[in-house]
Amino acid sequence: MTVMDAPPTSAPDVRDLVVGRRRRRRHRLVVTIVLAAAVVAVFAGTLMVGESFYGPVDVIKVIFGQTVPGASFTVGDLRLPRASLGLLAGFAFGIAGVTFQTMLRNPLASPDVIGISSGASAAAVFGIVVLSLDGPAVSLLALVGALVTAMAIYLLSDRGGFAGTRLILIGIGVAAMLESVVSYVLSKAASWDLQTAMRWLTGSLNGADWASVVPVAIACAVLVPVLLAQQRGLGAMRLGDDLATGLGVRVPRTRVLSLLAAVALLAIATAGAGPIAFVAFMSGPIAVRLVGPGASPLLPAGLVGSLLVMLSDLVGQFALDGRYPVGVITGVLGAPYLIFLLTRMNRSGGSL
Amino acid sequence: MTTTTTSAPAVPAALPSAASLRRSAGVRAFWIAAILAALVLLFAASVAFGVRAVSPHDIVAALGGDTSTVARAAVVARIPRTVLALLVGAALAMSGTSMQAVTRNPLADPGILGVSGGAALAVVIGIAFFGMSSPYAYLAVAIGGSAVAAVFVYGVGSLGSGGATPLKLALAGAAATAAFTSLVSAILLPRVDIVETFRFWQIGGVGGATWDRIGIMAPVLVVGAVICVLMARGMNSLALGDDLATGLGVNVLRTRLVSALGAVVLCGAATAIAGPIGFVGLVVPHVCRLLVGTDHRWLLPFSAVTGAALLVAADIVGRLVARPSELDVGIVTAIIGAPFFIWIVRRQKVRAL
Repeated sequence: MTVMDAPPTSAPDVRDLVVGRRRRRRHRLVVTIVLAAAVVAVFAGTLMVGESFYGPVDVIKVIFGQTVPGASFTVGDLRLPRASLGLLAGFAFGIAGVTFQTMLRNPLASPDVIGISSGASAAAVFGIVVLSLDGPAVSLLALVGALVTAMAIYLLSDRGGFAGTRLILIGIGVAAMLESVVSYVLSKAASWDLQTAMRWLTGSLNGADWASVVPVAIACAVLVPVLLAQQRGLGAMRLGDDLATGLGVRVPRTRVLSLLAAVALLAIATAGAGPIAFVAFMSGPIAVRLVGPGASPLLPAGLVGSLLVMLSDLVGQFALDGRYPVGVITGVLGAPYLIFLLTRMNRSGGSL
Repeated sequence: MTTTTTSAPAVPAALPSAASLRRSAGVRAFWIAAILAALVLLFAASVAFGVRAVSPHDIVAALGGDTSTVARAAVVARIPRTVLALLVGAALAMSGTSMQAVTRNPLADPGILGVSGGAALAVVIGIAFFGMSSPYAYLAVAIGGSAVAAVFVYGVGSLGSGGATPLKLALAGAAATAAFTSLVSAILLPRVDIVETFRFWQIGGVGGATWDRIGIMAPVLVVGAVICVLMARGMNSLALGDDLATGLGVNVLRTRLVSALGAVVLCGAATAIAGPIGFVGLVVPHVCRLLVGTDHRWLLPFSAVTGAALLVAADIVGRLVARPSELDVGIVTAIIGAPFFIWIVRRQKVRAL
């Protein structure tokens, strides 16, 4: 009976749905394009401005390998690696963060809040200070550290049924411990160097060179497509595992693939630039705000992450008296946002 | 979801039942004697062990006031440091005990709830923008900062339905701590003249102890401790739930406010002199409840002694594991305390979070 009634009444609804869907898709596309354009613009701006200004022509010449007096060194050796690291690391943090937030259905469950970034950071610092490693070995160790931390948090919070709240609290505890480990290892280093310390405690782009950019670039090139391929499945999983299975998503496979890819991206970016505070946490919610609900926020979140890191680095370097590492700026931005999110979550009654 | 009506459900789930924690006077006396003995031993160890190894002969000579050799001078220098660790440990533990009673939250701790962070930020702002340098100003500003932070975190954590649940309070505290730490970095980093003290205001330590500073802080700590101990009976009633406590004739609001004031004074004063040190106020009350029971008239003093012992021990460990440099005591307490925090979270029923 109801089946027979259904088509005539639902026909206009379907048309509305299609229109609405098309409009949302167009909106998402526009937002993504605007974000990408902003990333390109800020990237170009970062290359041009600084202690000395170089015009677009000089910058393009340097990028294509020509020698321009002065600019070759300043732009080619200093600004280009720094800007690239900011772009790539920000993208990696943003997309990894939103993957976690989507999968655990809680914006607070971002990898920097629940200690996975600290795990990567602690492993990297240990490798550098105690084992005297450098280059790819550090990235690898950071990856192992992040994976082990993620495993540990998951196992510790899985006690007679899984609870997101418990995972977040345990993650906060783990993060506190691992940050102490970082401080401990740094204090064992020959001399306490504030620059190095800040890099591993809050994240910094100071001293970026091509050797630190390359692993992040490779990781992004390999893992971002993997994540983007999972975004349909991830979107369906937001409705719950059972419903996603019913919609034809292979839930365990999607979950494992996305988690591994996100943790790896995060770890390698952390090995390159340190755990830049709150970028993984902020990018997702901002991107969701921009593209609207329902759409997959992965790509926009990555772009927002890049923007956040590059803009914060610009602010930290030039806008204030004194130079700040980028992590301090994102920290000052992110902490109030975290509190804002908490108050909103508490008011609306629990779930975000 | 069973929404809570007026009384928060946190503690009954968190703590073993009161009956199982009623301890006889003999048991209490035994544990108090044991912990006092441990404290004396730790005090001796703290004077004896350090980055520089000294002979027992030198220690005895130094305690007699002889500073003629380097070793003896080192021993003399360790005494104020040990006294400071003792006082700060006692203050933080009592502060944590009171906070757990006031918020009825097993995860309450001056560090976790962001109160120490607020004190540190207030002092840093005072130093950087108002040229504050007197130790009295440090104290006053730190206590003010912790009070503001405590009100703020409790306010954020108790928004919405269910009141201040452990999860919401802990999250609000963690967020506030992150905010305060970022601001401290942002204020201190570009100021080369005070950047030396940068680490001190992020991770607390007792390395810079002097008798002068201890003398200034001690009376304030005594005031805070007296406030807390006087409220011990009230804290016992709070554990029964607001309705029952009111029925027993307790002014719940006043008890809460005064106890919280005591906790804030203790934490602020400790932070003003030793920087933010976390997890002491979390671990100690839990351990002490297991040993002497839940009666705050016993629990508070016992926590103070245990906290003192813990912080002295943590300071000794910090001096020994990182030779030739030292590890700040705040790092040691976090490495010991965080697993404990995780353990408490794991024990909780999900609903209680």
